[in-house]
Amino acid sequence: MANMSPKKVPMPEQEPHVRNHNFEEVATGYTEEMAMEEAGRCLNCKHKPCVSGCPVNVRIPEFIQKVSEGDFAAAYEIITSTNSLPAVCGRVCPQETQCESKCVRGIKGEPVAIGRLERFVADWYSKNRQAKTEKEKSNGHKVAVVGSGPAGLTCAGDLVRLGYDVTVFEAIHTPGGVLMYGIPEFRLPKAVVQKEIDQLRKLGVKIETNMVIGKVLSVDELMEEKGFEAVFVGSGAGLPNFMNIEGEELLGVYSANEFLTRINLMKAYKEEYDTPILNVRSVAVVGGGNVAMDAARCAKRLGAEKVYIVYRRSETEMPARLEEIHHAKEEGVEFRLLTNPVKILGDEKGFVNGMECVEMELGEPDASGRRRPIEKKGSNFVLDVDCAVIAIGNSPNPLIRTTTKGLQANRKGCLVVDEDSLQTSREGIYAGGDTVTGAATVILAMGAGKQAAKSIDAYIQGKQK
Amino acid sequence: MYKIVEKRRLNPSVTWMTVEAPLIAKKAKAGQFIILRVDETGERIPLTIAGYDPDKGTVTIIFQKVGKTTMHLDELEEGDSILDFVGPLGCPTELDGYQKVAVVGGGVGCAIAYPQAKALHQMGVKVDVIAGFRNQDILILEKEMGEVADHLYVMTDDGSNGNKGFVTVKLQELIDAGEDYDLVIAIGPLPMMRAVCNLTKEAGIKTIISMNPIMIDGTGMCGGCRIKVGGETKFACVDGPDFDGHQVDFEDAMRRSAIYKSQEKHDMEAHVCRLGGTLNHG
Ligand SMILES: Cc1cc2nc3c(=O)[nH]c(=O)nc-3n(C[C@H](O)[C@H](O)[C@H](O)COP(=O)(O)OP(=O)(O)OC[C@H]3O[C@@H](n4cnc5c(N)ncnc54)[C@H](O)[C@@H]3O)c2cc1C
Ligand SMILES: Cc1cc2nc3c(=O)[nH]c(=O)nc-3n(C[C@H](O)[C@H](O)[C@H](O)COP(=O)(O)OP(=O)(O)OC[C@H]3O[C@@H](n4cnc5c(N)ncnc54)[C@H](O)[C@@H]3O)c2cc1C
Ligand code: SF4
Ligand code: SF4
Ligand code: FES
Repeated sequence: MANMSPKKVPMPEQEPHVRNHNFEEVATGYTEEMAMEEAGRCLNCKHKPCVSGCPVNVRIPEFIQKVSEGDFAAAYEIITSTNSLPAVCGRVCPQETQCESKCVRGIKGEPVAIGRLERFVADWYSKNRQAKTEKEKSNGHKVAVVGSGPAGLTCAGDLVRLGYDVTVFEAIHTPGGVLMYGIPEFRLPKAVVQKEIDQLRKLGVKIETNMVIGKVLSVDELMEEKGFEAVFVGSGAGLPNFMNIEGEELLGVYSANEFLTRINLMKAYKEEYDTPILNVRSVAVVGGGNVAMDAARCAKRLGAEKVYIVYRRSETEMPARLEEIHHAKEEGVEFRLLTNPVKILGDEKGFVNGMECVEMELGEPDASGRRRPIEKKGSNFVLDVDCAVIAIGNSPNPLIRTTTKGLQANRKGCLVVDEDSLQTSREGIYAGGDTVTGAATVILAMGAGKQAAKSIDAYIQGKQK
Repeated sequence: MYKIVEKRRLNPSVTWMTVEAPLIAKKAKAGQFIILRVDETGERIPLTIAGYDPDKGTVTIIFQKVGKTTMHLDELEEGDSILDFVGPLGCPTELDGYQKVAVVGGGVGCAIAYPQAKALHQMGVKVDVIAGFRNQDILILEKEMGEVADHLYVMTDDGSNGNKGFVTVKLQELIDAGEDYDLVIAIGPLPMMRAVCNLTKEAGIKTIISMNPIMIDGTGMCGGCRIKVGGETKFACVDGPDFDGHQVDFEDAMRRSAIYKSQEKHDMEAHVCRLGGTLNHG
């Protein structure tokens, strides 16, 4: 008999007023008992609507069945047959718009906590089992992967398991992409990501950091001189957009990338690291996505008394995960919705001392289907802040596209690929993740990495004949 | 890890270091830079590629001790290794199409200007080098610059080498004497570059300067290195570091380079508590 509780088994969490002063993980994870109880809520539906909501079609009812039986190792095998980063996805997938949005239990009450169960299984496995580390026999073919975010890592993992000799080239000093430098510790512990990376290394993936492809070596050189038969480009969308309003050059205006990199990658919050960051008192974060929530919650943890989210539409239109919005509010982040910055103000030394905003109202739906925000004339006011973080989106970095012969990109600078094979306009060069889609999600990037690995395998095996 | 194969002190605060980095040595061009991180808890800092030897696979950097990272770097000896060393970053200086160039270096800026003077000299261009220092004791690279310059003029602020005056004094003198430069390259502290640009604008000579804002990644990812050029926002690490000196907003650049000044001063003495506290405007 299924557990008919209309609510998910609650996730144990640090208290809001405690956690907004530390960088430890907010949600501490289900116990075995909690997981089995929650798993009992799944009806094991025949038509499995939840599976179609997952971009990589995790066999959801099957793994949940195993969890309810207490066979966590079997659950892990089922999940990882389609998802190579369950510990990450269980934590950061926007489940409410993906798998859980399709769950029948969500019609009357809350859906099954698929994400939390996935995380539980992955964490359980990591604690209780040794991952397999036997190297596949080499097939002698070399493949290069540019970028070590979820797209690149997944592609590398799948290829190495097929026997390829895979080298990942990463521009910065730490592999992991946004998982390392963007998403904060309190949401995705770096040890979780590190473990995945160590595992890939054990399987034989070589990771070369400090290698900016397009500068130190070009994609063409990788293929022509270094003997790589195919290249997967998973270089992400790392170029920060600014608003182009007055005052963006002032001291105390950060792109979310810079702010988060200083904190997550360069550990500005730890005494022993040299990374400087301003000691801020009051911060306005502009934007409504996950990036904005992360920046706001980091600012709070750095000791800011006031942290505002300034977003030009209403909460319904916010692209951030529900859970992040909820957590941010609990931690004392104030939401200034239907508000748009028009100008950042500074003192005589050039430090930010305010943000002039204007109120907005929602008009007719625009091309994105969301109601378009329109300025309310004369509603300008000044927010008292000494720091502004701009989190209004990122575009792909042009470096790869401008240094690789014949690589086609669209108007937004995203690489153009064949939808099925993920091959770019150049034979042997594949691409996926944010560099193709623009800023999207971890699971989509991972899915693209998998798809590309398959195509690369087919391509190289096809050449043999 | 990147091994230090040679190290010498050029003066009490400036050090010359050659580092094993074969891939970078093969690709480097005058005007480009590297970013290094000494150890796990260190900052990433940019330094210009002052020399490179593709055959030996080495890259030379010349740096001035101004803060924690550069001091830490200076403590490393031959045989020690630097944890991270990335490059070549930035665009090479556009050196084609000139007949006669004045290269103006201020202090450690001479280290950044030297590879450009050398490249021009090797291309057969006439090169005059004007190098400025506070005093005779901190003079660097005199021999090296002398070898690539048609004329080398060394100026000191206090006249301790017998040539008193700022670099701009000499440059003005040469222009007035009829030297017909078609390009000036000026590299040094922002006030010096601004002074040179004011002068060359008047004289109608194209001027390239090398900007050195605070950087993190050096690949266009953080936007921290943004500067204003001709009313537009540019990222110095990918669009530069060279820019048309007559277009750069110096006021803005000077303000931005001071952002962590007060913090870094504290940093050197005792560590500031970064969790909590108020905004430190210094
Ligand atoms: C702050 C933040 C929070 C987010 N929160 C979520 C969330 O909660 N849930 C979710 O699903 N998604 C979230 N996302 C989005 C998600 O992280 C991305 O969609 C995903 O990481 C994209 O993966 P990727 O592999 O395509 O690229 P990335 O993760 O961006 O990795 C690209 C890598 O390539 C490297 N690189 C770039 N250029 C070069 C080059 N020339 N040579 C060598 N290496 C290069 C980069 O340094 C980087 O390491 C968030 C993003 C950010 C920034
Ligand atoms: C493209 C580029 C090329 C450079 N090339 C050289 C070079 O060849 N030789 C060399 O000696 N220096 C060079 N610099 C400057 C060098 O990066 C800084 O001196 C260094 O980052 C200081 O680090 P620190 O930790 O020792 O000092 P910090 O403790 O960080 O700073 C000490 C003082 O220097 C100021 N400062 C910090 N960073 C910079 C910066 N980027 N530019 C100017 N002032 C800064 C701080 O505000 C502070 O007052 C270059 C900078 C750039 C951007
Ligand atoms: S990968 Fe993401 S979308 Fe798929 S089942 Fe897991 S949490 Fe849901
Ligand atoms: S839709 Fe919900 S209840 Fe049905 S199988 Fe999927 S997770 Fe279980
Ligand atoms: S240093 Fe980060 S964008 Fe230039």
